[in-house]
Amino acid sequence: MTAIVNIFLKEGVLDPQGKAIHHALDAMNFEGVEDVRMGKQIVLKLTATNKEDAQKEVEQMAEDILANTVIEDYTIELI
Amino acid sequence: MKHIAVLQFPGTNCDLDTKYAFEKLGCNTTVVWHKENKLPENTDLVVVPGGFSYGDYLRSGAIAQFSPIMKEVVAFANGGGKVLGICNGFQILTEVGLLPGALKRNIGLHFISKFQTLKVVNNSNNFLQKCKKSEVLNIPIAHADGNYYIDEAGYQELEANEQILVRYCDNKGEPLVVNGSVTSIAGVCNRNKNVFGLMPHPERALETILGSEDGIKMLEGLIA
Repeated sequence: MTAIVNIFLKEGVLDPQGKAIHHALDAMNFEGVEDVRMGKQIVLKLTATNKEDAQKEVEQMAEDILANTVIEDYTIELI
Repeated sequence: MKHIAVLQFPGTNCDLDTKYAFEKLGCNTTVVWHKENKLPENTDLVVVPGGFSYGDYLRSGAIAQFSPIMKEVVAFANGGGKVLGICNGFQILTEVGLLPGALKRNIGLHFISKFQTLKVVNNSNNFLQKCKKSEVLNIPIAHADGNYYIDEAGYQELEANEQILVRYCDNKGEPLVVNGSVTSIAGVCNRNKNVFGLMPHPERALETILGSEDGIKMLEGLIA
């Protein structure tokens, strides 16, 4: 099973990299971009076969190390 | 004589500067490799120095927090032992939960390396006891992830408990936006005032000939 963990700065926490990308898009005349948030994606190949177990395990990983929950939110997708 | 333990992770690069600084101040200083699971006996102060532990992979300080020595440092701090984190050390101490808040990428995204004036906000703690309140200090900064974040409730607690140590300021002591930190915070301590973290490098400000000796009165507070 593969777990895809997406990590973004929380809503309301200023994202300096997203902001810089937004400025660059503006400068390149791409119109209609309201907001840009930059995050990171971590892809984990798991030996687990049970989705529920995998979900629990990856949540623990996200809480303990993958994300810093003081400033970041995360989502987990299992395929 | 005070005994100082300076931690060393893969990628730490201020360990020897920090050792030099505390030896100059008359301390016995030992560099402790991160794989150790014991601090030297009689340790009076643990310093987590600056650098790029684990190449700043994942997040600055995120991986170093799980090194074997950190368990011992957390126990030392929880038992009332004094701990100082400088720059990457500050990031590690927030990641491991000994200090509140987190450090994000600087606004403007630049790595900022220069002398920077700081205003002493609170001196009701060991670290800044030799500094005057509102005193302006000149200390080098060198970081890309120094943008201190804490939520509103956390900030109110910092204010109420006098946990804000220093703010970035101009020559007159007025707060200055340097890296985007909440209210220009450059350093904080924990509620019990035995764990300290700051982005600026006091260990690089010990000699007038090299720009400033204001770091001496900061570090001296911890060994008084």
